[in-house]
Amino acid sequence: MNLLLVALGGFIGSITRYSISIKWNKKLPATWIANITGSMFLAFLYHFYTEGSLSDEIWLLLGVGFCGAYTTFSTFGNETLQLLLHQQYIYAGIYVLSSFSVSILAVFTILTFL
Amino acid sequence: MKLYVAIGIGGMIGASGRYGISLLVDTNGFPFSTLIVNLIGCFMLAYLLNHSFMKQKLSAAVFGALTTGLIGSFTTFSALAVEYVQLWDANPIAALSYIVITFIGGLAFSYLGYQFADKAGKQVSR
Repeated sequence: MNLLLVALGGFIGSITRYSISIKWNKKLPATWIANITGSMFLAFLYHFYTEGSLSDEIWLLLGVGFCGAYTTFSTFGNETLQLLLHQQYIYAGIYVLSSFSVSILAVFTILTFL
Repeated sequence: MKLYVAIGIGGMIGASGRYGISLLVDTNGFPFSTLIVNLIGCFMLAYLLNHSFMKQKLSAAVFGALTTGLIGSFTTFSALAVEYVQLWDANPIAALSYIVITFIGGLAFSYLGYQFADKAGKQVSR
């Protein structure tokens, strides 16, 4: 049952991420957008889950399944590698630093002030 | 439409695999399970994306299901961000190490996958 919830969330999450990459055409900002918004959504879910107002089932479906699949690290790593291989160092630096700093700052703000 | 469903099915398998590993790996205060899936995923994605032979032979649906679907969902960024903030409260040095190890490791494993695929592709086409 638990695995089914995670799988269902993963189904929706991966399709949502793909849809964004199609709409935005350029893959780079799409991964960025998915990772930032997904991290924020997970922070909200995590807050309510630890507070006890979110059931285990919803956490598995939306937190582990959806947010986990909607955001991705492998594409982020490979995009960064491609930028470095093409000697786009400044672009790579901006991409990496902004991905980490914006997501972490957003998560920190949500978990601190909610 | 077919491609969307294929990616979704890949996503189901990837997310389940990630969840399975999180149940097997003892986190013990440090998010080893997320670190492991992210590093493995970086290697696998780089391998598939740069393997010219595989790219040609697999249909768009299967390729999308494996890359964007399965590996994309197997690895995660949101857990990384939330785990970092959690860890920061308890142990800032562990939190910083977590991000640095994930990032450097992810790049290194992507590069490894890229190199392996390049070699394998050349061998097949010979």
